[in-house]
Amino acid sequence: MFVFIIRRVLQTIPVLLGVSLVVFLIMQMVPGDPATLLAGEGATKETIESLRHELGLDRPILYQYVDYVLHAVQGDFGESLRSSRPVLDEIMVRLPITLELALASIFITVVLGMIAGIISATKQYSAADISIMIVALLGISLPSFWLGLMLIYFFSVNLHLFPVSGWGTFSHMILPAITLGAGGAAIVARMTRSSMLEVVRQDYIRTARAKGLKEYIIIYKHGLKNALIPVITVVGLQFGALLGGTVLTESVFAINGLGRLIVDAIRTRDLPMVQGGVLIASVIFVFMNLAVDVLYRYFNKRIDLN
Amino acid sequence: MKPEVVINNTELNVKERKSPKLRHWKAFYKKFKRNKLALVGGYIVLFYILLAIFAPLISPQDPYEIDLVNKLQPPSAEHLMGTDDKGRDILSRLLYGTRLSLTVGFVSVFFGAFIGILLGLAAGYYGKWIDTVIMRIVDVLLAFPGILLALAIISALGPSLINVMVAVGVFSIPMFARIVRGSTLSVRKLEYIDAIRALGATDFTIICKHIFPNILSPVIVQATLRLATAILSAAGLSFLGLGAQPPSPEWGAMLSSGRDYLFSAPHIALFPGIAISTLVLGFNIFGDGLRDALDPRMKK
Amino acid sequence: MNQDADKILEVKNLQTHFFTDEGTSKAVNGISFSLNKGETLGIVGESGSGKSITSLSLLRLIPSPPGKIAGGSILFKGEDLLTKSEKQMRSIRGNEISMIFQEPMTSLNPVYSAGEQIAEAIRLHQKLGKKEAWDKAVDMLRLVGIPSPEKRAKQEPHELSGGMRQRVMIAMALACHPEVLIADEPTTALDVTIQAQILELIKTLQKDFGTAVILITHDLGVVYETCDRVAVMYAGKIVEYTLAKEIFTNPKHPYTIGLLNSLPRLDMDQEELTTIPGTVPSPYNMPKGCSFAPRCPHAKGICEQAVPDLQAIGPSTEVSCWMFTPQWEKAYDAQEKVGI
Repeated sequence: MFVFIIRRVLQTIPVLLGVSLVVFLIMQMVPGDPATLLAGEGATKETIESLRHELGLDRPILYQYVDYVLHAVQGDFGESLRSSRPVLDEIMVRLPITLELALASIFITVVLGMIAGIISATKQYSAADISIMIVALLGISLPSFWLGLMLIYFFSVNLHLFPVSGWGTFSHMILPAITLGAGGAAIVARMTRSSMLEVVRQDYIRTARAKGLKEYIIIYKHGLKNALIPVITVVGLQFGALLGGTVLTESVFAINGLGRLIVDAIRTRDLPMVQGGVLIASVIFVFMNLAVDVLYRYFNKRIDLN
Repeated sequence: MKPEVVINNTELNVKERKSPKLRHWKAFYKKFKRNKLALVGGYIVLFYILLAIFAPLISPQDPYEIDLVNKLQPPSAEHLMGTDDKGRDILSRLLYGTRLSLTVGFVSVFFGAFIGILLGLAAGYYGKWIDTVIMRIVDVLLAFPGILLALAIISALGPSLINVMVAVGVFSIPMFARIVRGSTLSVRKLEYIDAIRALGATDFTIICKHIFPNILSPVIVQATLRLATAILSAAGLSFLGLGAQPPSPEWGAMLSSGRDYLFSAPHIALFPGIAISTLVLGFNIFGDGLRDALDPRMKK
Repeated sequence: MNQDADKILEVKNLQTHFFTDEGTSKAVNGISFSLNKGETLGIVGESGSGKSITSLSLLRLIPSPPGKIAGGSILFKGEDLLTKSEKQMRSIRGNEISMIFQEPMTSLNPVYSAGEQIAEAIRLHQKLGKKEAWDKAVDMLRLVGIPSPEKRAKQEPHELSGGMRQRVMIAMALACHPEVLIADEPTTALDVTIQAQILELIKTLQKDFGTAVILITHDLGVVYETCDRVAVMYAGKIVEYTLAKEIFTNPKHPYTIGLLNSLPRLDMDQEELTTIPGTVPSPYNMPKGCSFAPRCPHAKGICEQAVPDLQAIGPSTEVSCWMFTPQWEKAYDAQEKVGI
């Protein structure tokens, strides 16, 4: 297990380097010269040239990349073109909000999704199962940003139950968390259901029946624990989709998180900010995946053997 | 000389294989038809495709015609879905928007599938370092959470619907590459492939004639489900103002303009959302049904 | 076979059907047999003959849908199990009748320790506390020959070998001293040396506990080693029902003879192993007459038209074959009929 963790941690290094390279290269594709952009209108050719030199833009691209990575590792993602403050500082102000939102949503994804999936599987083909599966299908088909707007319309505009936008209190959190978590909950519900149905066909369930156990003990004691193991992976993957989804949810609910920071940065062409934001979100996701893999491995070691 | 031989060969093969193949498709159709829900999905998709084709004929109004006097009108006999903030007929805009969403969906998925299939075939067929390099690239692409990669690409290329297609297409590449690699590997390992090679078949003919037919069904299933994701992502990007630009009747963009009038005219945001949801739902259940009928092993 | 008092289990005309999209499969098609106290009955057949479905039917563990016990009766100590409520059945399963399965690798729950899985049955049926049940589970593990049972009890199935897991299964099955043990191919998935050990273990424990055993197997050698009587199944029916020794010295049914001839034997000088031509008929498309007729070297017209009954032809032998009926001599040859 320890060896596995070490190996898995080492494996993330090339992935992280790859991610940084992709982000770096994407920014190289930007038409126009960052130095010209930074120098502003009416700058002389000399000013631009010296700025280019200052930024290291006159050096070979590989050199620039290595330089970028070395700085990034130390937490230096450059300065925002708009506010002139370090990118990392700006991100650190926004990141906790996004993480709060992501955690609240993952809670909804996991709890709601699993409960619905279990009900569905244990009552296969019942009215409850069919309605849960239809709602789940809708859940993966609704655009989250539209769901968010409709929730605002019904619960905030009409019923005045929750604030329309912003962040800070618990009641601010509810609608955005539902908006962001609904899609994942639907996927987890579908996965839990099919995993449960798969598990109840296993030999050890037959053994449990042959022992004379009650049906609900068979399902909840012998089935559930096994069924939830593959669901872990799905939850891990959902975390990625969710992290990306914060971009939309934060925009709908006017939450000043990392996602909104990135979108605003794209609009104002604040490239270092986009670069830093995307990179940090990806790094979080990579480590999240690492944790999920280790967790899955831990639970799955017993099953993997045959 | 050479092509002639190949043509003869394929003709022969088609003749030989016709009956089992036909039976295969019949079995698939029978299975698929039994799945009523999937059939509904197929009809929804077909319905939208027809709407897109005949949009100019069935649109009651010009989707771009501004009529500020009649702006923000709720649904009425004249405007079945009301008017937007510039007085344009929402129904007509939605109908034209179908063309955009379907185009973005199909183009981006085709683009992503094309590159993904090439990468997957190369990785699965040639193995060794080619496999390692390609799969590391795939890992890297998958390390970006959700649509952030698409977002990054658009930030570089600039906001436009074309760039959305590119970005969403790139976003689809790793999924296709993984699936195709897996299927290729499983066919590649079969002994008859070695036998055919021993008979002098080139890599190209082996890939085209023996491997490609085997990866087709998982690719079709993945493409259908991917269309749903692509349409959602594209609408999301346009919603953020990074895709289609006004006055384009793109659904995500329409929704975005509706958010400012959520209090006074909620129908502006309501209808585009319903349009996106039903189309995506159609692709999702159609894809689920295809998967169950084509490849029960993929059932998850 | 007439000592009714000793009968612990009596199956009469049992029918288990599966209703699927392809049609109705009569997996078990009217079989009857009985089991005396303490004896071992072998049920032999190829895969698909219905022997495993029979064993699951006895405990009413047929997955439903698509399966259903369509008729017959299963008398256990004189009471029909088919009329019992699900709750009554639960108190019988694992307690009075228990079962071990073919796949020790997958028959134990991977997320619970071996001891816990045994103790669970003890707690359930003997109403013992956690501690007592655990101690008893450890005792059972010792009884089935697992070294250092205290340690093994705490281990999870993935930490045990295949033979060890089957011992755990046996310990679990015998923990409540059942009167009947159904062993469904208990050694098929194991190495040959382990197979012998497990069979020996079952035999020993059977004597100690006085348990009657139904041994489901496709291996006639196993029958010879362990069983008192044997029922040969083919396509959902019993074709021959006799003493285990008898079946080797004096087999009657052409299918049994075919099975024996396909068995490598050390006591005979065999030139080559023969196989039975053809395949088992599809359960969805059974022949009208005897289901073995299409593969039978002796088949006549009558075999293809009517199903022969299982009838006694000796003090302890029953066979279902037209060859042992008065009609046989009068019946014309199938080949002749086709020839005309």
